[in-house]
Order: sequence, then C-alpha cells, then structure tokens
Amino acid sequence: MKNDVERDTGAAPAISMIGTRAMLFEAPGDFTMAHQRRIWALMDAARARPDVRELIPGVTNLMLVFSAPPASPEAVAEWLRHAWDTLPERHIEGRLFEIGVRYGGALGEDLAAVCAHAGLPPQEVISIHHGSEYTVCAIGSAPGFGYLHGLDPRIATPRKTVPSLNMQAGTVIIGGMQAGISALTGPNGWNSIGYTELRLFDPDRQPPALFAVGDRIRFYPESIEL
Amino acid sequence: MITILETSALNTVQDLGRPGYRDLGVGTSGVMDPLALQVGNILLGNEVDDACIELQTYPFALRFDAATSFVVTGIDAVIELDGLTILPWMVATAAAGQELRVGPPRKGARGYICVTGGIEVPVVLGSRSTQLRGGFGGLDGRPLEAGDTLEITGAPPEVSGYGALPPTTVLDTVAGQDDSKLIHLRAMTATDYGLFTPEAQERLWNTQWRITPQSNRVGYRLTGEPLELRHRVELRSYGVVAGIVQVPPAGEPIVQLADANTVGGYPRIATVIEADLWRLAQARIGTRIQLHECSFEQGVAAMRPVNAYLDDLRMMVAHYRASARRRTGVKSGDKA
Repeated sequence: MKNDVERDTGAAPAISMIGTRAMLFEAPGDFTMAHQRRIWALMDAARARPDVRELIPGVTNLMLVFSAPPASPEAVAEWLRHAWDTLPERHIEGRLFEIGVRYGGALGEDLAAVCAHAGLPPQEVISIHHGSEYTVCAIGSAPGFGYLHGLDPRIATPRKTVPSLNMQAGTVIIGGMQAGISALTGPNGWNSIGYTELRLFDPDRQPPALFAVGDRIRFYPESIEL
Repeated sequence: MITILETSALNTVQDLGRPGYRDLGVGTSGVMDPLALQVGNILLGNEVDDACIELQTYPFALRFDAATSFVVTGIDAVIELDGLTILPWMVATAAAGQELRVGPPRKGARGYICVTGGIEVPVVLGSRSTQLRGGFGGLDGRPLEAGDTLEITGAPPEVSGYGALPPTTVLDTVAGQDDSKLIHLRAMTATDYGLFTPEAQERLWNTQWRITPQSNRVGYRLTGEPLELRHRVELRSYGVVAGIVQVPPAGEPIVQLADANTVGGYPRIATVIEADLWRLAQARIGTRIQLHECSFEQGVAAMRPVNAYLDDLRMMVAHYRASARRRTGVKSGDKA
C-alpha cells in the first residue's frame, strides 16, 4: 500500500498517513465554519474508536493518533469517509470573550506588513480586525493557543518567511487566513498586529486552557499606536 | 534524595511523555530517546514510565543522599562514582553520600540517569516530564541547576552488576550499522510529498543532510540543498507528531521531535519512522543523516526488532534478579 491512503484534490477528503501511528483527515474545500463543525463531529465520533489514543483537530482537518499502527489504514480511511459523509455538523454554544487589544507599537510591529499586503491604511486594517467575531476552531501549536476563524479575507496575510525569534505571549497575530493570540513567548512566523494581557494557559487551572473549541471572541481597541 | 552538584543548560527530568493533552496544545515532551529510558527502567525493575534525568550537556555531577541502584543509558561516556569507573548500560549501587559524575559522551548525545523507583517530581497533566516551552512539569518546569534536590522513593538497592547491550550494537538499520558521522533513518512519504518538485523528491533521499546547531528537543534543523515546492502553498494548521519532516519556505527541512508543537503549518514531505527516532535523539550536531524511503508495512515491521530487544532484556533481567535473590536468600516477593 502507498503511504498516501488517499490524496485527492477534488471534492473528496484527503487522507494520509503521518508515520505508522498517525493519520490525517483533511476536509475538501474552503475554511468555513460549516466544515469545521463537521470536523468537530468527526472528532466526537472518532473518540469512540478503541484504536484511537489522541485526536488533534486542526483547521478543517483532524489528526488521529493510534495506540498501535492500524492493521488496515484503508479500513480506517473508509470509516472516516463514511462518517464525514453522514454525520451532521456539531454546533457548540461557546462562551463570548471580549478582548481589549493594544494595536500597533513594538508588540504589533508587523502591522505595516499586513497593511502593505492588504493595500489598506493601518486604521482600516485595525477596524476590519476588530469588526469581526471570531470562533475558536481548534486549540494547538502551543499550550492553550486557539486558531480563530472569522478573519476578513481583506487582511489575510501569509506567514513570514523569517519568523520572529522572541514574540511575546499575548501578541495578537495573523497567519494566512487564520487569526490568533500567541500563547507563549518564543519563535513565531505569524504577523503581529497588537497585544493583549490575557493568559491563555495555566497548568494548575481547571481546565488549563482558557479557550475551548466553539468559544467566540470579539476584539476591541484599547489603544492604537502607529 | 539526589542533589545536583554540577550541570549546564538543558538537563531536565523526563519520563515517556505526556499524551492526552495535544488537543489543548500541550505537546507530549518526554525523553528524546524512549528506548534508552525503557532499558534503564527495565534494568532497575521500575515501571516503564518512571522518570529519569535526561542529560544533553556535560559534565554533570550529582550526589546520592540515600542509597540507591542506578544506571546511565543512552550514551558511552566516562562515568564515575566517587572516582571509580562505572560502565554505561550497567546497574550499579551507590551508598548514601556518593557522587556520580558523567563526562561528555564518546558515543551518542543524550544520557539518561535512571534510579530505582524513578525521580519523584509532581505529576502535572499526567506526566513528570518537563515542558520547557510551557514552563511546567519536571522540576518547576525548568532545566536542572546546581543545588537542586530531587526526591527518590525507590526501595533500598537490590542487585547490581548486570546490564544491557546498547541498542546500537543490537539493532541494525536499513543500511547496516550507523557510524558516528552518518546515521541512516527510514522515513515514509507524508501528506505534501507530491507538492514538491521531482528534483526535490529525489534530493530528499539522496542528500546527506547535516544536523545544524539550530537543533534542540523541539526539532532538528537540517542543512543541504533546499527542497523546492512546485508552487508556493499556504497550508491550514494541522496536527504534528514526532518524526514529521517539515519544509519551511527556505527549503531546508526540520524534523520535529519530543518537544514539537502539537500543530504546524509547513509542508510535510516525510516522517521518520518511530522505530528510528531514538537514533536521531542520539545524533549530535554536525552529524549527517541519510533518509531511506520505506512503506507503511516496512515502518510497522521495523518496530519488531526494537520490541524483541526490550522483551529479551525484560526476560533476562527477571531471571537474573530472581536468581540473585535466591543466592542471597531473599524470598521472592520481598521488596528488598
């Protein structure tokens, strides 16, 4: 069997093995909330499988980590395809977080690059950014980091070729079509546009992550420094 | 108790890792070389997941404040207990007050100091492993420093003077034995393999990639002629496991390892199979690695000799400990 269980660019999901104990399911089509809700439904269904040890929902994709290499990856892929085709979307009534942002300045130094990419003045990029409501699609990359859906395509900006080496935790960022708030201080390839004091993760808190999948976020400008 | 006398950056407490929290963005952490920790724990009659001290920088010295059996695995190095030479991969017994010193490795990169009963740090989110990025687990979520003390709760020493053959002498690679300059690793093609140019696909397998100094427990950055995509892509963030080989825009691959992020966004060209990850953990900066393409079935089959090695060791240790107990008149079932 090939390592790629199925890799199709058409309307069918793409399913591939990542090593011998992980399988990636990628939804076809655009990054929409409808697709993400179907990923959440798939995640719930996959949780009941005895061979699944961990599930990592991504952005319109889902990684399954098995406790042992599957006897037949094809059979698992077939099960996933069937579940994807038949499961209803999973709607989550998340909490609403209203988050104050200090836009621009040293901690939002990529605001200029976002403006240049969007061809818009900074005031407009900022107002577009806090004009949307975002949904937490997935948690990952760093402890408590939430991938946010809802970024206006006008300010979508590709990840940087050279990552920042020491981006502060709490930096408000844009990476491609994705929005977020950095959870840890460290290297980061997304574009920084502002900063918030929020602490996204505390191992001694229950639950440790502030955001959960399905939560909604509204940003508002606390200050703007251009 | 153990007191750390001498250490430098990045030596930490680790166990087999912290599964189950990836969906909160918490990576698994755990030892870079899970085989070396398992050997240490088997030799000592520990639980498979008991915690150890992972050494990445040397020299390292500690004092055992209580008698314990211990073993240093993972590397070949000058190891001394109060100045007397101790062999790696061999169980030894220390009396209270004795000092252990581990010098720089002659072979391998990461050393594991295992003690009877394991290192007792608090369990955070299901594991004793240090999560350096998150700043939790292990000893206050940080590397060890001189003057630190670690609890050990194991029973008083039992038997010692026996050991294991290092995995490098037992387990062949696809290309025979590794040497210290070139390490052979098997890898499966991954999700985005087809997005790379045919030249890049060819080059992945034919290049001797060198491990750069920008390498750590998160991942190894490799250098060689860059791998090009057919066209630039912006991928949606997806789950990451150790072994995954990502290619950032500059074209030089990164192999994600124990402290990898749970989610990433760069194109994935291949995955180093689980059976060979310990070899990578023991590869030093500057070492070259050669990737060999393998199928899913070959990747699964490659775990068999690894598991057989551990099973044989488990059996040998059980026999040896039982017979040693009989010799000394200790009834089996007695804890001491």
